[in-house]
Amino acid sequence: MIGAAIYAILSKDILYAVIATGVISLILSGLFYLLQAPDVALTEAAIGVALTTIIFIITIRNTVRFEDEHDKKEHIKTIEK
Amino acid sequence: MDNSLQYLEIGFYGSAIILILVGLYGALMKKSLIKIVIGLSIIDAGLHLLMISIGYIKNGTAPIFSGEDFVVAGNMVDPVVQALVLTAIVIGFGVTAVALSLVIRLYRHHGTLKIDEIKNLKW
Amino acid sequence: MKKVIVLLLLAAFGYYLAATFFYIDFGISHFTNGVRDYYLAHTVNGLSVANTVTSIVVSFRGFDTLGEVTVLFLAASALGSILYKRRHKYEERVVLFPSSRIVQAGSKLLFPAIILLGVYVFIHGHLSPGGGFQGGTIIATGFLLMLLAYQDYHVSHNILSIVESMAGILFVTFGLLGFIGGGTFLENFLPVGELGDLFSGGVVPIIYILVGFKVGAELTGVIYTVLNEKDI
Repeated sequence: MIGAAIYAILSKDILYAVIATGVISLILSGLFYLLQAPDVALTEAAIGVALTTIIFIITIRNTVRFEDEHDKKEHIKTIEK
Repeated sequence: MDNSLQYLEIGFYGSAIILILVGLYGALMKKSLIKIVIGLSIIDAGLHLLMISIGYIKNGTAPIFSGEDFVVAGNMVDPVVQALVLTAIVIGFGVTAVALSLVIRLYRHHGTLKIDEIKNLKW
Repeated sequence: MKKVIVLLLLAAFGYYLAATFFYIDFGISHFTNGVRDYYLAHTVNGLSVANTVTSIVVSFRGFDTLGEVTVLFLAASALGSILYKRRHKYEERVVLFPSSRIVQAGSKLLFPAIILLGVYVFIHGHLSPGGGFQGGTIIATGFLLMLLAYQDYHVSHNILSIVESMAGILFVTFGLLGFIGGGTFLENFLPVGELGDLFSGGVVPIIYILVGFKVGAELTGVIYTVLNEKDI
């Protein structure tokens, strides 16, 4: 879990970082189950793994994927000025 | 306190605190706005783990009455922190969604996500 | 320079955090003893609800839950107003490549099962792990699957807002009905049944089912709004 967190912070590719946060949530829900909290484990599995990941991925689709933005689309700059 | 419990304490509290610190580092040091939001959600995860592990009792059972032990309540883990974390997770999703929609809006306005190119967002 | 400052700050913060929390012993009954014992005793005797977390969320702390679903509603409407564009009809979503026939047929097969699982989870919220929040998010993931598989699948915003606001109004109504017997907000006024039956716990399962509908409608609205965003 800690390795996934460090990878999520250090990775240059934001898509991989988002997948790593999904892995953190999955392991965290297993830990909640071990700590005798099945309600919280169910919530974390549904929200952290599915919904948060998909919202991050949609945001990446609408913006840029890499941290140094070398795949930036140029025509966006002039809109909405 | 016996030995295995001490190892468990170091494991759970330590990993929760390391998660909080890693997320805080990302939120403070990174340039990209999406990376900052990822750091904030990692801080959220660490806090949830910390609170749930405070409420744990050794050899406890989940706070659900079932089967034979309908009335035995002495050995259940703390249900108060569980209810607290349950609401905190759902609220955290709402906060993340609003933050990401602000990110999309900023990108559409400025054409970049680096905070040192967007004015008035540096520290 | 900035890196050094941040690392020093983090080291100090982590040291104090660790010193605080390792002082609290792990795995020993200590922290909220009085509150915990009160809740555990009154869950069985007063309410006859099996799941203590449910009874805390819905009955003892029901007012906080009302505030929480209000915060979710505010998040959903803020999302809609931030991403507002002058385009009222939704066209087909832009995708890189359309999903294959296998994915479409499979998700059509899975969709009723996921909705059924969500409904089961929030109807049985007072007996087993689960409840309104969990069931609502499971229903929202079912809609997410359909929205990803079919690019012309649409959810009506009017129906979502009607479901959501009716659930909220009924929540407040059931809360206010507790005043009838001279009680407080969200006081239980229905007969509590046998512990472990489906119809037990008085007003608790009704409130949690309403919370499930509200959360499901709100999260589906959030996903639908964000998914219809276009790369201009």
